[in-house]
Amino acid sequence: MSSSDLAIILPEIFLALYAMVALLVAVWTGKDKVASLLTWISAAVVIATAIWIMLSGGETRVAFSGMFVDDAFGRFAKVTLLLASGFVLILSEGFFSRRGALVFEYPILIVLSTVGMMVMISAGDLIALYMGLELQSLSLYVLASIRRDSLRSTEAGMKYFILGALSSGLLLYGSSLAYGYAGSTVFKDIFAAATDGHVGFGLLLGLTFIISGLAFKVSAVPFHMWTPDVYEGSPTPVTAFFASAPKMAAMAMFARAMHDAFGNAVADWQQIVALMAVLSVILGAIAGIGQRDIKRLMAYSSISHMGFALIGLAAGTQTGVSAMLIYMAIYVTMNIGTFAFILSMERDGQHITRIDSLNMLSKKEPVKALAMLVLLFSLAGVPPLVGFFGKFAVLMAALDAGLVWLAVAGAIASVISAFYYLRIVYYMYFGSDEADQIDGTMSPIQWSVLMACAAIMVLGVINLFGIDGLAANAAASLVIN
Amino acid sequence: MVQLEHYLAVAAALFVIGIFGIFLNRKNVIVILMSIELVLLAVNINLVAFSAYLGDLTGQIFTLFILTVAAAEAAIGLAILVCFFRNRGTIRVEDVSNMKG
Repeated sequence: MSSSDLAIILPEIFLALYAMVALLVAVWTGKDKVASLLTWISAAVVIATAIWIMLSGGETRVAFSGMFVDDAFGRFAKVTLLLASGFVLILSEGFFSRRGALVFEYPILIVLSTVGMMVMISAGDLIALYMGLELQSLSLYVLASIRRDSLRSTEAGMKYFILGALSSGLLLYGSSLAYGYAGSTVFKDIFAAATDGHVGFGLLLGLTFIISGLAFKVSAVPFHMWTPDVYEGSPTPVTAFFASAPKMAAMAMFARAMHDAFGNAVADWQQIVALMAVLSVILGAIAGIGQRDIKRLMAYSSISHMGFALIGLAAGTQTGVSAMLIYMAIYVTMNIGTFAFILSMERDGQHITRIDSLNMLSKKEPVKALAMLVLLFSLAGVPPLVGFFGKFAVLMAALDAGLVWLAVAGAIASVISAFYYLRIVYYMYFGSDEADQIDGTMSPIQWSVLMACAAIMVLGVINLFGIDGLAANAAASLVIN
Repeated sequence: MVQLEHYLAVAAALFVIGIFGIFLNRKNVIVILMSIELVLLAVNINLVAFSAYLGDLTGQIFTLFILTVAAAEAAIGLAILVCFFRNRGTIRVEDVSNMKG
């Protein structure tokens, strides 16, 4: 260990130290009385770290003899997830404090899980990957059950814990086999062990288990069953967090593990990832149709979106990875905007999540309804909006890689899933006047986040704010050839 | 003479028992926590066996990390379980069904 190694992981060290100092200070002083202030400071610190990483640039650097990699790919994913965490913190402060439920652990746990995500994105070794993943997961288990007096919240936490621990077990079993058959836990040694385009049987078994463990984290079918319950049961700001930052992190970790450790054996994992992708898009599209709760709907929507991101990964090419990164960045933005709206849904001071409470919203709140319409169209991938370009990029990557069936399945599933997004739009514009409607007002913060995300979905059409160039650069740093 | 394959077989058996323990058990959430420990121990046996076979220490270091994290994981799992028990009054697996999924 040298100071240059430490300089490479400085952002992670900084955030981890911040979380621990914040914990000490909060316990020492006012506990929950300082929770509000702490949330704002944490949001500022997290967003400042995002800007710091954004500006740091430079070529690929490796620390701790390959355990930790800092490259353009990792920086792209980290900036996205840090911004997502920051905005979720900003959105949750108002939601929790109005209900008197803001505890000082909340921002600290978000920051700690963010540190875990940053470590797992940059992991160049199975041990580092596992440690980052567990730091993230353990924080998320607690976050899911943060309303500890609520049955639904604790049940969500318990389901998430059990299935999350199982997925860690699968990942570890795969890691142990990969270690045994490759002789090392460092990605580049595993990469070297897979010669002539295929891995041996033992390593293949390890690869399969690792993919299963990772698929749990990105909630890809057939490892998706925790998602709807956890999304529904967790407090809504926590659901907003689950749907954004950890998904980006898990997807980036997935891509790094596949390309850095098994990049020599693309054909071996391509078929597994392609199968999971096609199952996810189809199940996400079909199972979402019957949902009446908007949080459950967002869960199926996220399963389907993860399927699309996996289509990009399944291409196994540099364009595939860059399409996946673009898709994830767009997905995170859309989700933050949608959840800003969901957080404001209330009736008689009670937070409600039933979809039919949105009936005829357009009459009462035309601007809000229009912003939501833009976001929903974008989630559905309707052409003029940015969401369409994300879908287009991954489907083109799949076509370029010769996976025509995958692209066709993705296009069909995208049409099916448009149904449930459009149903919400139908309720908002053509629903009945009789139903129980939402009557709450949005806080200025929720309103501006919703409007900003909707505006991004429209204005991004011009050049996607240049993220495609950054994503291509990031993909080039990950995929060798 | 106990060979590498024997260790791997034991670990695989423990792993499968652990997985089945999670899915087949219908009685008690505590049993699920025990099954999770079993899965992690299977991994540890695998790692130590490979480590000895390869003459490489990384596997044993990995095992130490897993043991540490498993302890933290069990602590968090039990804490969530206690909160759940306070709200629901039971920890039977069938009763963890407020939301249907």
